[in-house]
Amino acid sequence: MNNEATVQKSTPYHIHISSNHKWFDLKLKEVFRYRDLIWLFTKRSFVVRYKQTILGPAWLFLNPFITSIIYTIVFGKVAGIGTEGIPKILFYMCSNAIWVYFSTCVTQNATTFTANANVFGKVYFPRLTTPISNVLSAIIQFGVQMSLVLAFLCFYLIKGEVHPNWWACLLMPIVLIHLGLLGLGVGIIVSSMTTKYRDLSILVGFGVQLWMYATPIVYPLSQLKEGPFRHLMLINPVTAPVEIFRYALLGQGTIDVPFTIVSWMITLLVTLFGIIIFNKVERTFMDTV
Amino acid sequence: MGNVSENKEVMIQLSGVKKKYRLGQIGGGTLQADLQSWWARIHGKEDPNSKIGADQRSNGETFMALNGIDLTIYKGEAVGIIGSNGAGKSTLLKLLSRVTAPTEGEIDIYGRIASMLEVGTGFSPEMTGRENVYMNGTILGMTKAEIDAKMEDIIEFSEVREFIDTPVKRYSSGMYVKLAFSVATHLDSEIMIMDEVLAVGDMAFQKKCLDKMREAAKKEGRTVLYVSHNMNTIRQLCDRCIVLDKGKVIFEGDVEKGIVMYMNNSINLVTQKVYDNYERMRFIQRDDVRIISAEYIGKDNCIFENDENIKLRLKWKYNRNTENMSMRFVVESLDNSKVCASFCYHKFSGVENQVMEADFEYEINNLAPGNYQSFYVFFESNKLGASKELDWVPGLCFTLEKKEEGRLPWRTQAWGYYEMNPPKVVIR
Repeated sequence: MNNEATVQKSTPYHIHISSNHKWFDLKLKEVFRYRDLIWLFTKRSFVVRYKQTILGPAWLFLNPFITSIIYTIVFGKVAGIGTEGIPKILFYMCSNAIWVYFSTCVTQNATTFTANANVFGKVYFPRLTTPISNVLSAIIQFGVQMSLVLAFLCFYLIKGEVHPNWWACLLMPIVLIHLGLLGLGVGIIVSSMTTKYRDLSILVGFGVQLWMYATPIVYPLSQLKEGPFRHLMLINPVTAPVEIFRYALLGQGTIDVPFTIVSWMITLLVTLFGIIIFNKVERTFMDTV
Repeated sequence: MGNVSENKEVMIQLSGVKKKYRLGQIGGGTLQADLQSWWARIHGKEDPNSKIGADQRSNGETFMALNGIDLTIYKGEAVGIIGSNGAGKSTLLKLLSRVTAPTEGEIDIYGRIASMLEVGTGFSPEMTGRENVYMNGTILGMTKAEIDAKMEDIIEFSEVREFIDTPVKRYSSGMYVKLAFSVATHLDSEIMIMDEVLAVGDMAFQKKCLDKMREAAKKEGRTVLYVSHNMNTIRQLCDRCIVLDKGKVIFEGDVEKGIVMYMNNSINLVTQKVYDNYERMRFIQRDDVRIISAEYIGKDNCIFENDENIKLRLKWKYNRNTENMSMRFVVESLDNSKVCASFCYHKFSGVENQVMEADFEYEINNLAPGNYQSFYVFFESNKLGASKELDWVPGLCFTLEKKEEGRLPWRTQAWGYYEMNPPKVVIR
């Protein structure tokens, strides 16, 4: 229009919507402005999940506990996989806790668009708030599970059967951020690609399970002989943080610095790529979902 | 838009906005077409999937919901957006609320938007009213501190104070809407966008909401965009009106003129209709009788003048033996206000598979001049006086014109739809 003079000089809330998409505008500032929403989404996921259940949050303990017992029986007793002298139940509880954290990040975020279509279709807010809150609630869930793990750890500490590397425990937050970012990245890539073709969302549950066997979760990395398969496993970006985690808590495993750096690089690339295509898809996914 | 005075501040500006939708199902075939298009693009060839003459509104696979919209909306305006179904109103609001992005064009918005395409977005049934106010409020862009400050006002306005700490799944639908609407109206936003949300809630609450929106526009200088099929609320609320048709703005300006424009545009001037493929409304549960066709006898247009009667021929089929069936002819204005009805006291009856045809003649000279739509209803009544609809179809439209010497143009808004006969005057 020709009457530019009447356009407001400046308002803090000017929004420009264009058909041209800026690929590298990550909109993180806006996400920060909606931090209260992220927190509420996180809270909601807990409130809603355990309302009207008898055991309530006890499920948070029961679930991983039972899984760990099953792992102990199947992999420890039946298959006879060694755990380098670490008490089996403790080893599997630790591994399970960290894997559940990562896989929750992936699977929850993989359905971001399809699961929230009704809300996304009605009102705008930075869509990235949903995956971030999914990661936060996974962290909290992980924290709760860890309290059980720590109880077992104390028991075996007193018995003198484990020797944690206490200094490495300081790396724990980094491990969580690492896996959280990776899970977020993979999850939102999947969710962005499933708005049009749903095939990938069917694959994801199955894929995550396969991924678990390609990661030293139900067996220690040291059980693998030198060889191409071991290298492949080290390139798997989940391996390095999992190893650091167990190295710290159980004193088992190694911190392999080069592979940790590779893993971080893969993680950052995946996350960046994820956010970019997520922001691209976000604009018009309502038309195809 | 050139005659804009200098003191008006632009709040929303759209230029050349288009929105394309893909028709049909998205499936494997789409992937193949996508790959073909992509292959052609990287090899610099012509896209095999683009249709010739792609500037048409619909070309088989894609559909232009908005086809080049230029609009400017100023501060403090209450703008009504009207148009028939599929004209692009909702798409326009979706673009403005940033739910989806335009295919072409630019939109500038100079303020925060509170968009209500639906009431209670993000409400989760398991959470209490209060928790949901936080949820809904933050989704709509408030911070927790802002909501804290307004909590009392929100609860007060919503009229559900007693139940505020009860999970909303226990709410009645009215309470739910009241609470949700209350959150939306308390947003600190410069622009409010609303898509027929007022259709829910009881009358008193509807009025309260309309008042609140009017106040927002007039006193607080907020800008309101309102989409509705209800012309009365448009009249009450809006001071400017935009008429959309087939993805384009066909009118913008005065509300009354816009409404007339919209109505004239939506009148359907056919003189006969066939109902073979007409899908009946939900409330017609039985298929004892089905209207086959309707036509005006001996007319090639729908304009009736002065004392001309409507002569209607209906054809219907009995799917079951039926007795005691009557016919009702209902007249509505184009903004769906009920105008009047006529009952036929002849009782029709027929046997299975019988096709029947009958002519009906209606005197309409007491209607005010204007455009009307009609409905034909077949119903069955029993001895207790209860009736049950057997078939219900939208009928032919008609226009009534009265051309007499010295007649004033009829103002429906002021004088209604019924014109009484002139009085007998005796001068003493």
